[in-house]
Amino acid sequence: MPEPTTYAEAVNAALRLLLSEDDRVFLAGQDIGVYGGAFGVTDGLVGEFGEDRVRDTPISEDAIAGLAVGAAMTGMRPIVEIQFSDFVVNAMDAIVNQAAKLHFMYGGRVEVPMVIRAPGGGGTGAAAQHSQSLEAWFAHVPGLKVVMPATVQDAHDLLLASVLDPNPVIHLEHKLLYSTEGPFEPRTKIADTPAQIGEAAILREGSDLTIAAYSIMAIRALEAAGVLSDFGIEAEVIDMRTVKPLDMATVRSSVKRTGRLLVAHEAPAPVGVGAEIVAGVVESDALDYLLAPVRRVCGMDVPMPYARDLERNVIPQTESVVEAARELMKS
Amino acid sequence: MTRRDPRSPEQAGDVLATMWTIRRFEEGVEELFSYDLLHGTMHLSIGQEAVAEGVCGALADGDIITSTHRGHGHALAHGADPELMFAELLMKDTGYCRGRGGSMHIADVKNGNLGANGIAAGSMTIASGAALTQVMRATGKIVTCFFGDGAANEGSFHEAINLATVWDLPVLFVCENNQYGMSMSHDKATAGGSVAGRAAAYGIPGVEVDGNDVAEVHDATADLAERARDGAGPAILEAVTYRYRGHSESDRDLYRPQEEIEEWRSSNDPLTRYETWLKESGTLSDEAIESAREQAKDVIRLAVQGALTAPDVNTGDLEGAAYA
Repeated sequence: MPEPTTYAEAVNAALRLLLSEDDRVFLAGQDIGVYGGAFGVTDGLVGEFGEDRVRDTPISEDAIAGLAVGAAMTGMRPIVEIQFSDFVVNAMDAIVNQAAKLHFMYGGRVEVPMVIRAPGGGGTGAAAQHSQSLEAWFAHVPGLKVVMPATVQDAHDLLLASVLDPNPVIHLEHKLLYSTEGPFEPRTKIADTPAQIGEAAILREGSDLTIAAYSIMAIRALEAAGVLSDFGIEAEVIDMRTVKPLDMATVRSSVKRTGRLLVAHEAPAPVGVGAEIVAGVVESDALDYLLAPVRRVCGMDVPMPYARDLERNVIPQTESVVEAARELMKS
Repeated sequence: MTRRDPRSPEQAGDVLATMWTIRRFEEGVEELFSYDLLHGTMHLSIGQEAVAEGVCGALADGDIITSTHRGHGHALAHGADPELMFAELLMKDTGYCRGRGGSMHIADVKNGNLGANGIAAGSMTIASGAALTQVMRATGKIVTCFFGDGAANEGSFHEAINLATVWDLPVLFVCENNQYGMSMSHDKATAGGSVAGRAAAYGIPGVEVDGNDVAEVHDATADLAERARDGAGPAILEAVTYRYRGHSESDRDLYRPQEEIEEWRSSNDPLTRYETWLKESGTLSDEAIESAREQAKDVIRLAVQGALTAPDVNTGDLEGAAYA
């Protein structure tokens, strides 16, 4: 077995470990069996663990999410896949009214330990119904946790942490990240994962400004920081890693050191996670350390277009972060 | 709760007492509501007692149910403690949901009631998932999913039954057809007219029963439950019944004639019908019938008394309570 090196392989390795070690874990989703999932993430798992534990489902997103709720309530640890995060719209009752609510609504007397994995984000030419970044919807609902790993290692470690969590966790994986490669150390036991849901990571230290991002924008922010360094600007890059709960302590502490904040995400700005991050800073004593107005670099507020040039224009790129950071340094 | 056969002289008293307990519970709710002791609205199941008891009395120990917004009867027939149910409605910390759920969300998960659900058809896919656990864990238990006639027109109805069928899951989908989804009549809302008839599309049994005949409901449930337990997959049981009260406390009953309600009450009441049969068949004596009625009254009186004196909800408990 070659060592996994891509993001997709790191997720696959986490699923394999989970299926091997915990017999309460099973996978369900569309085309996750022999097909290996729309993005190959579940490749080979049905051969290894059988159709009982790696379950191809009908095209029934509501039933996929709902079955996870029912199975989780009765002692299983389901990990279900929504083939494209856009399709989660058809499963929103099961997620928002059921999974998120039952622990609280039933007086804390039941747990719903389930994970929904869903590939999201744009850049693949799949247009408006296969490219969205819907994390803010989920982050707005009490009872859900929302995880958006950017690095290969985190894709593995955070999935393990999500299955250890007794709550429903939405795992949004950016489609363009699946083929990215990175340093990777596979865990041999689920509990060995060092990842904690709700803990950001500082990907790069810097003293001039703080860039808070997550998922693919954390990677682009890191690239941007390299470019900015050539201009004599040292950016601190924070990968939020989870957008619910948000690790505001790390952001506030960084802003107090740098005095400037830039937030980047692919989703459109209005009522987005970036607004929440900014609010979390300005509501705290970190406000007093700001030397300039905060800035957001976000997707354009339009549905995702198909044509390459249009799509590229809608999604914030590395250059967008560089440009915004340079302007921020001038103010 | 253990199985109880409405036709058995030994078990008929329990069946009747449970049906009366449901009715007295609902009447108790109405009374407490009229004293302004409850918050929000209530969905009462008076008139539908034979469905809850007929179904739950045919299940085995450890079998699981999912319930609806009109779920008091299901919970009681499945063995819930009426005192803890009243405590929930009366906003007491001892309530089933510690005051966080109320009437529409009573759950008793450790005893196999996965909860009343405020979303029409909201529990149907959950029931399929819970049934998958029974298969993967080889527990020999089945899941019974109560839903209303209105829920049969939700997309979840189709997704849940289709999935349960292609995976041969041990679920019994019980449509409690009380003829109205709030104000919309079943006849106006339901293409094809029959919920049980839709089973043919999935290639599974679909059985319609007189939902006000507790023995008929019991027998059909027992058959379909055994079938599911044997691995033959799900079925749809449609129990045709009638709710005497409005959809909720605010319902003015503008959509159905008063005579229709009176007709059901006077000639088709599930408790009257069962008592008449018990007497005529000689299954229970008049004294035994009276004793079952008294038993229900006592249970409810004590439950209300106990609940009224329980400590109120604790408002300091909410921070972070959305997460386990």
